[in-house]
Order: sequence, then structure tokens, then C-alpha cells
Amino acid sequence: MDFRLNEEQQMLQDTVARLVRGEYSFEKRLEFSETDAGFSVDFWKQLSELGLTAVPFAEELGGFGGGGVEVQSVMTELGRGLCLEPYLQSIIFAGGLINQAGNASQKETWLSGIASGELQAAVALQEPQSFYDLNDVETRAEKNDSGYVLNGRKAVVIGGHCADIMLISARTSGDSRDAEGISLFALKADTVGIERRVYPTIDGSKGCDVTLNNVQVSADALLGEEGSAAEVIEYQSGRAIAALCAEAVGVMEIANELTLDYLKQRKQFGVPIGKFQVLQHRMVDMMSELEQARSMAILAASVADEEQSTDRRRVLAAAKNVIGRSGQFISEQGIQSHGGIGMTWEYNFAHYAKRLIMINHQLGDDDFHLERYAALLQAS
Amino acid sequence: MNMNYTAEELAFRNEVRAFLDEKLPADLAAKVKGFRHLSKEDHQLWQKILCKQGWYATHWPEEYGGVKWTPIQKHIWDEESCRYGVPRSIPFGVNMVAPVIIKFGNEEQKQTYLPRILSGEDWWCQGYSEPGAGSDLASLKTRAVRQGDHYIVSGQKTWTTLGQYANMIFCLVRTNTEVKAQEGISFLLIDMNTPGITVRPIITLDGEHEVNEVFFEDVKVPVENLVGEEDKGWTYAKFLLTYERTGLAGIGLSKAALSHLKALASRRIKNGRPLIEDTTFSQRIAKVEIDLMAATTSNLRIIAAVEGGGVPGAESSMLKVKGTEIRQAINDLARRAIGPYAIPFVEEELSLDYKGEFLSDENAAPLSAQYFNNRKLSIFGGSNEIQKNIVSKMILGL
Repeated sequence: MDFRLNEEQQMLQDTVARLVRGEYSFEKRLEFSETDAGFSVDFWKQLSELGLTAVPFAEELGGFGGGGVEVQSVMTELGRGLCLEPYLQSIIFAGGLINQAGNASQKETWLSGIASGELQAAVALQEPQSFYDLNDVETRAEKNDSGYVLNGRKAVVIGGHCADIMLISARTSGDSRDAEGISLFALKADTVGIERRVYPTIDGSKGCDVTLNNVQVSADALLGEEGSAAEVIEYQSGRAIAALCAEAVGVMEIANELTLDYLKQRKQFGVPIGKFQVLQHRMVDMMSELEQARSMAILAASVADEEQSTDRRRVLAAAKNVIGRSGQFISEQGIQSHGGIGMTWEYNFAHYAKRLIMINHQLGDDDFHLERYAALLQAS
Repeated sequence: MNMNYTAEELAFRNEVRAFLDEKLPADLAAKVKGFRHLSKEDHQLWQKILCKQGWYATHWPEEYGGVKWTPIQKHIWDEESCRYGVPRSIPFGVNMVAPVIIKFGNEEQKQTYLPRILSGEDWWCQGYSEPGAGSDLASLKTRAVRQGDHYIVSGQKTWTTLGQYANMIFCLVRTNTEVKAQEGISFLLIDMNTPGITVRPIITLDGEHEVNEVFFEDVKVPVENLVGEEDKGWTYAKFLLTYERTGLAGIGLSKAALSHLKALASRRIKNGRPLIEDTTFSQRIAKVEIDLMAATTSNLRIIAAVEGGGVPGAESSMLKVKGTEIRQAINDLARRAIGPYAIPFVEEELSLDYKGEFLSDENAAPLSAQYFNNRKLSIFGGSNEIQKNIVSKMILGL
């Protein structure tokens, strides 16, 4: 057994780390966040030029053929930099959906653009009533002579505000929470009838809600077979969960480094506050939480690209549950250890704290994944 | 053992309710209940209404315009006002500096400042914490050097809540560096318009401007603005802190926040049903409601003891810890209740004048920001770690 990265994986991680260190200072991030895109278009280009946007794609797409561990290496470093680029949404999630469900012509149309970073894709699967259940789909797709007509609303589409392509789930049959009857469509974001309500997110990024008003798409917008997208969506959201866990580990690493530094530097009552046992034990707890999270991120990465199974489902639900809990612990206890300074906009810790809490609101929170895990207890 | 209100107390509660039914402006209550921000004018408007009723200064003797409420009456007021959505009173003047002036100030200071607090002419802020003096408040460094009829004040204060609205600040300053830290501190009243004072905003993680840094550069303060004796300020400071600590438990606020949470959870949907019917979520709500029930009763036990002539001691520290943990837990659940919608920060919906469609729920917009903002509850007024130190020393003798 060996938990170390191999030479190639290490080189990959070092490359991203160098890039983030050089280009993604805290001050620059605040500026990127304020732009229309909400991220650095220039940094995205650099990721692309170094081939990093192509990491999880096959070699014929100019890709790396990378799996869960390679994705983990990239995402952890992006997490350390609190990077705002749509790597998770476009490269991992949308790219994965098209790669798994798309036919040859669809892959050709979309995938090389996504892999090169030229096309940005967003994933519109959640709905106002769906909470975190991606099978809870009320958006309808009605078949007609020219293809399908989509009506409904999609919720909290991170990166959707400036995406070129949207992957949208819609119901072609069945009742609102049935797994059967969900179809997946890839369409240009400027298709007539798509309305976007754009907003900033509390963790410095941007997103939108999407209203679909008689959106006519051709039959070849359908990804995979009609009515059977639930499986693909579940599988790819699992890959996205693994990637998000890796990002969270990077965020937690910096949060803990900052807190530890502060405990050593900040003096009260004539000594560094790290001399107080209550803060020592808290810092140890924060470190243990990070290590628990790191272990689960590794486990999640190891199953991310495996064939679907109960075990894979269990590991991914468990990982996201742990990440949610440890992220909240590190966020809250880190603020508390800093005192008031940990709550200020000018100091980077606060932004790490916010990201950790919001990671828990992406792809299901700790409660949601606890319920999923519990439901799998009896499964074989 | 009798846990019921007396007939007089019930009559008082009716009087409070009748007053709030009649006099509390509906838009103010809506702002408070919806966690919207109140302007300086909102606070001033409500203060005028309270003053007219004679209910503004509940800690003051009647001769200065106070109202003589018993601890139970204050508690009833707290509960009812939170339930109704009464704006939180800004404590720095009426509940913090005023009791110090009343107890330790001279007659001229009482005649000068107390009426101006009642009338709203003065808005006070607190100059206690410094960048290097937080939990270790006595290590403060802002200097005041006597020169003839003035003190020359130099240094920096921080975390000054609503200092941007204030025209007066009460400060702890160091007047003697030769003695033990606690023995060289004085309590000064300073006009914020004096040359040499600069207020700089501190923006918090939720993007809000609530706290400030205040810089003093050779600020001339008349010696008559010294409260009590020079170098005795620490005694006054500690006296003030006991006033600050009572009420920090925020039981009434937690009750209001919990009822807000339950209403929200009844509107939100999970698995096609109201979230409040969901097993996981309803158990989370139940747990915090049970904790709040216990803390409410603990609070009443302390109040009843004070009513009977006791002095609130380190018990209020224990209650501050529990109370703030409960409020933070409620804020956590409110954020969880909106699921993915915790992520968008839709600032335009924070305004009561917003007429557009709500992204998810009419009360969703402030929830994440409020959760982050209220991490301050376990930090300010003496961090919860400091409160526990007080309990372990004063009650346990450790």
C-alpha cells in the first residue's frame, strides 16, 4: 500500500501549485471576483495552455487521460488558492456528462472545446423545490416535430452566468421525483427562451437561476437515451463530489495554516495565545478534522472513476458528509480562534471560512449524504 | 416553587403588548423580523417613541428620567419586544456609559450627558478594544497625557460598533505607565468631532460596515471629561462590563429567530413535503428548541434570584456561552433550510422596498450573511473562552 502520488501526479500537482502561487494572490482574487466573469479569464487561459483543463479527458482530445487522483491533485491546489474558475462545473461535471452520455457527434461538437477551456459549460440540474435531490425534476421537455420544447426553472447554476453551454435535466416522463423519465440536454446558453437571473455568490463567485420558457431544441440536443439520464447524472455528480472534496481539503489546509500562524503570533496576557491549552486542543481538533477529510478525499478520488456500485455510492456519500462536517468545524473554530480579525473582509481567512461553508451547500450537505449513506446500510 | 407571573406582572405584560400593538411602526418590525438592516434614522425614530413612553432608560434611577422596572419586568419587556420585532436598542449610551456616569460621574457630567442620551442628541460608541488588547483588555496602550487643562490622547481603538454614527466615544486610556496594567487606566469621554480623530470602516466577511477603527492623534480632551478619578478607570470598566454581559445571552432574540426558522422550514420543500416534516431537519430544530427551553429557564432562575436581592455573578457568563451557542445553532439551521439557495447573495432583496420576484423565499437573502455575521456572538462582549475562564475561577475556584 502506498498513498504517495507517483512522479507524474506529483509533477501535475506542483505545476498547478506554482501557477496558483504566482497568479492568485489574495488581493488579485478579490479583483477577479469583482469582474463580470467572476473569475480570471487570463488564469483560465493559462490553465488551458498548460493542458490542465484537459486533465480528465482522453488523449485523443488532447487530454491527459487523468483519473480521480489526477483531478484531486489539480482541485486541491485550486482550493488552496480559493480559485474561482469553473473547473469543477465545466471540466469535471459538464465534461463528464457529455463524455459519458454523448454520442460521437455530440462529443466532437462540445468536448474538445471544453477540454481546451475555449467553451465554458455549466450544469443546470437543481430546481427551486429539489433541495439537493437531482432526481427531483419538474422541468418538462415535450417532444415535437423539431425536437423538444423545454419549460421550467433551474436553480443555483454556478458559473451559468457566463457559460456558453448549459447541460439541463428535464422530465420527458414520470412523476416529479422518479429516477425514470429524466432526460439530459446540451444547449447553447443563448438559445431563445433561456432567461438568466445572475447573482454573486456569498463566497465570491457568480451564478444564476435559469428560466426555460418554451425553449425549442433540436433532437440532437438530447444526451443519451430519452428518460434515462438519472444514472449518468448520479455517476457524474459522484465524480464532481470527489473533486469538490479535494478542493475542500486545499481550502482547509490554508485555513489551518493561517490559524496556526495566528496562534503563534498573536500575543495576549504576555504570551502567544497558542500557549493556552483550550486553543491548543482546538487546533489539534482542527488538524484531526483536516486529516479525516483528507482521508475521505483520497478514498473518494480512488472510486471516482470506478464502475458504479454500492461501495462507490457509500464512499462518495461518506466523503461528502465528512467534508461538510469538518469544513464547518474548521471554518467556525478558525474564526473563533482568530477572534474579530477572522471575520474581516481584508483578511484572507474569512474568505476560506466562507468557501468551506458553501462547499457544504454544493452537491448535497452533510445531512443529505448522511441520509444517503443510511439508505445504503442494508444494500448489498 | 412558583414559576408563574404574578397578577401585576401579567398586567404589565398586557401594558407592554398594548403599547407595542399601538406604537411599533409596522415597517420597522418587518425589517427587524426579516433581519434587514436598520438605518440610523430607524433607531432614532424608535428611541423617540420609547422615550415618549418613558421606557427608554430602564437601568436609570427615576430622577434622571429612568423607569424603575424589576428584573422580571425587564425580562417581560425583552421577551415581548423580541417577539414583536422591536429594534435592538443601541446600548453604548443608555445601557453602558450612562450607568457609569450615574455611579461614578460628577453632577455636571450627569446634567450634561444624561439628557442628551435620552433626547438622542448624542450617539455614543465604545472605545475599549485595541489591536493589541482584545481578550487582554488591560494591556491597552492608548495614551492620555495631562497637559494643563487637557489630556492629549494618542492611540487606536478597534471593533467600534456603529462608530460611524457616533458623536461621542467613551474610552479607556492609559494615564500611568509606571504601575500595574490595571492601575494606570482612566475613563474618558471624548467628542468625536475633536481634531485628530479619524474613523475608518472595517468591512466584515458578510460585506457589512458595522464596526470601525478609531485613530487618535494628539487629541485634546478637556480634563472635565474624566469620569471619576484618574487611574481608577479599570474599576469603572469592569462595572460597565457587567452591564454589557447581562442580556448577551439573547434568549428573546433566539426565540424570535427560532419562530422565524420554523416558519421558513414550513415553506421550504424537501422530497415534495414541507422541510419541517422531514425527519432529519425536524430533529435538528427540536434539539435546538429543547436547548433553548433549558436556557430560558436558567435565565429565569438568575432573574428571579436578582429579583430576590441577589447579585448576578459568573452565572451570567455561563448563560452568555449557552445563549450565543443556541443563537448560532439557529442561524446555522436557517442557512441549511434553504439548501442550495444559501449560496447566492442577492443583495437587492435585502431592501424592504424590493418589489421584484424573490429568488427563493422572501426571507432567504439575509440568511447566509447573518450566519456569518453572528459568528461574532461568541467573540464579542468577552469571548466565550474568557467567559469560561470567569466561570472556572469565580464559581469553581480552579
